[in-house]
Amino acid sequence: MSVTEADPVAAAAPTRPAVLRVLSAVWRSYAFRRILKAVLTVYLVATFTFFLVRLLPGNPVEVYINTLMQQNGMSYDQAANMAKALYSFDPGKPLVVQYLDYLNGLLHGDLGNSIGSPGTTVGSILVAYLPWTLFSVGIALIISFCLGILLGMAMAYRRNGVIDHVLSVIGSLLHSIPNYLLAIMIVVFLGIQLNLFDVSQMRGAYSPGVTPEFSADFFSDVMYHAGLPITTYVLTTIGSWMLVMKSSTVETLGEDYVTVAKARGLRDRRIATAYVGRNAVLPLFSQLAIAAGFVVGGSILIEQVFQYQGIGYLLFRAVNDRDYPLMQGIFLVITIAVVLANLVADLLYGRLDPRIRIGGGER
Amino acid sequence: MTATVGTSTLESPTVVRKPVRPSRNVVRALTRSRSGTIGFVLVGLIVLVSLLGPLFTPDTLPTDTSSVYLPPSASHWLGTDSSGRDVLIQVINGGRTVIVVGFAAAILSTLIAIVFGSLAAYLGGVVDSVVTAATDIVLTVPQIALLAVLSSLYHLDNSLLLASLIGILSWPTLLRAVRAQVLSLREREYVEAAQLLDLGTARILSVEILPNMASFIVMNFMIGMTNAIYALVGLYFLGLAPLAGHNWGIMLNEAWTRGAIFDSDSVFYILSPVIAISLLQLGLVLMTRSLEELLNPRLRQD
Repeated sequence: MSVTEADPVAAAAPTRPAVLRVLSAVWRSYAFRRILKAVLTVYLVATFTFFLVRLLPGNPVEVYINTLMQQNGMSYDQAANMAKALYSFDPGKPLVVQYLDYLNGLLHGDLGNSIGSPGTTVGSILVAYLPWTLFSVGIALIISFCLGILLGMAMAYRRNGVIDHVLSVIGSLLHSIPNYLLAIMIVVFLGIQLNLFDVSQMRGAYSPGVTPEFSADFFSDVMYHAGLPITTYVLTTIGSWMLVMKSSTVETLGEDYVTVAKARGLRDRRIATAYVGRNAVLPLFSQLAIAAGFVVGGSILIEQVFQYQGIGYLLFRAVNDRDYPLMQGIFLVITIAVVLANLVADLLYGRLDPRIRIGGGER
Repeated sequence: MTATVGTSTLESPTVVRKPVRPSRNVVRALTRSRSGTIGFVLVGLIVLVSLLGPLFTPDTLPTDTSSVYLPPSASHWLGTDSSGRDVLIQVINGGRTVIVVGFAAAILSTLIAIVFGSLAAYLGGVVDSVVTAATDIVLTVPQIALLAVLSSLYHLDNSLLLASLIGILSWPTLLRAVRAQVLSLREREYVEAAQLLDLGTARILSVEILPNMASFIVMNFMIGMTNAIYALVGLYFLGLAPLAGHNWGIMLNEAWTRGAIFDSDSVFYILSPVIAISLLQLGLVLMTRSLEELLNPRLRQD
C-alpha cells in the first residue's frame, strides 16, 4: 500500500493524513463503489455492442458495404466511405483506433447517423422517443408499486381472510399472464368486441395536430394515448408486488420489535406504518429497479401492440429496417436506463437501510 | 411412508442427515397445497397433450380458401384461421416447440446458475468476486431488446440456438439465489463434518449441499421456464424469429397481423394461443408459489 502511494504523498506531506483519509473514505463508501460498478457496466455493454456490430461474421457494416456495391454499383472504396459516414468509423483504421473513436463519440453523445432516416442523428431520434417510454413506464410503476404495497399489507394483516384469498388468486393470475398477451386481450375484447374505445385513435404518443406544450389539454391527450400501455403495465406488475409485499409483511410481523411495540401499547396504525410497513417495504426497492429494467426492456412488445411511439416501438422499427446505428443506440440507451434504475434503487436502499451502509459489502 | 421416515431417524440419530430421494420430496411438495396441485395438473396436462397430441394429428394441414375465419363448429371446434386451417389442431401441435425450448433454456440457465453460484459461495475469494460482478452485469442487460437486436443479425430459426440464447441471458437471478442458499448451507454441521472427512469440493457440493436444495432448484427452474416462454413467444409474436412451422407464438403473430382481431368470428382463433400460453404460465407460477410456501413456512396458509 504505502509504496504505491509514495509519489503524490511526498509532494503534499503535511496534508497527507486528511487527503488519504478522504480518499480511503471515498473508496470504502458504498455509493462510490456502486457508481463505479454502474459506469463499468455501461462501458462493457458499449464495448459488447461495438464488437457485435463490427466484428462478427456477417456484421452489418460489411453487409451494408456489399449491398451498396451490388445495388448502386459503387466501388468498394465508395461504399466503404458511405458506411464510414453512417457508422462513424473508418474500416481502414486499426481496430484499436476505431474502438477509441467510437468510445470518444459516445462520450460526446455521438451515436452516429440513422440509416432508415438519412441525415438524422441517432441521438435526435432517441430524444424524440425515449421520454414517452420513461413517462408511461414510470407512471405505471409508481401506481402499481403503491397499490401493490397497500394491497399486500392488507393481505398480510387479513391472512386467510376473504381479501387474502381473492387477492391471492387475482395476483397469481395477473402475475402469470405475459403482459403482451394481456395487451392483446385488452385490444381484442375492450377495443374491438365491446367497442369501448377506438384503439386506432389511441395509437401514437399524442394525437396528430396537437403540439407538445405545458397545458391541461396536452396532458389529457397524452394520458389518453398512454392509458392503455399504463393499464397493461400496472395490471401485469401489481400481482407480484402484492405477493412479495404480503410475504415480506408476514415476515416482519413475526419480528421481536413488532411484538415489543404491541406490548408497549402503541396504536395499531402507528405499528402498521412506522414499524411493519417501513421495514417490510425495504426489500422491495431493489426489486423495483429490476422491474423497471424488465418493463423498459419489454416495452418493445407492449408498444408494438398499442403502437405507442416510445423506444420499444422504435427498436422494433429499427430491427425491421436493419437500421444498425439506431439499434445500437437504442440498446445502449435501454441498458443505461436499466443500470441507472439499479443504481438509484441501490443507493436509495443504502440510505433507507443502515445495515447496508455499515456492512459496506454484501455480507 | 411414515414407517420409513421412522426407521431412518432411528438408524441415524446423528447430525449427518441426508435426504432420501429428493425427487419424491419435490413431487410431494408440489402437490402439498391445493393451488400447487392445480398447477401440477395443469402443466402436466398441457405437456402431455403437446408432446403426445401431434402423434394423432396430421403434420400439415390442408389450406382451404373457402373456409377462412370460420367460427367454432362441430367440424372445427375452435374455428379456422386465415388459410382455412383448423385452429384446434394447431393448438395441439403448437405447444411442443414452446415447451421444449422453454425447458431447454431453463435447464441451461439452471445449470449455469447452480455450477457457478455454488462454486462462488463455497470457494469465496476471487472466484466469488468475479462471478458476482459478472452476474451484476448480465442482470442489467435487457433480454428482449438484446434478442431483438440479435434476431436482425442472425436467423434465429434453430430451436436449439433460441434456447441457448435465452438460457445464456437468464441465469443471473437464479445464480444470486443459489449463492445465497449455499452460503447459508455451508455453515451446517453435516457440511462441516464432510469437510473434516476431506471429501473434496465437488463431492461435498453435489452430495451434501445441492440435494438439500432440490425444491429450491426446481422452483427456480420453473421461474426460468416461465421467463423463457415469455421471451420465446414474444419473439415469435413480433415476428423476429422466422415464422416456420406451427407453434403458439406463430399462431399469435398470424392472428394479429392478418386482421383476425377485427373479425368477431375469429375471437376463438386469437384467444386459443393466448389461453394456452397463459394456462401453461399460470400452472408454472402456481407450482412455483407452492414450493415457495414450503421453503418459507411463514407463508403457509394451512
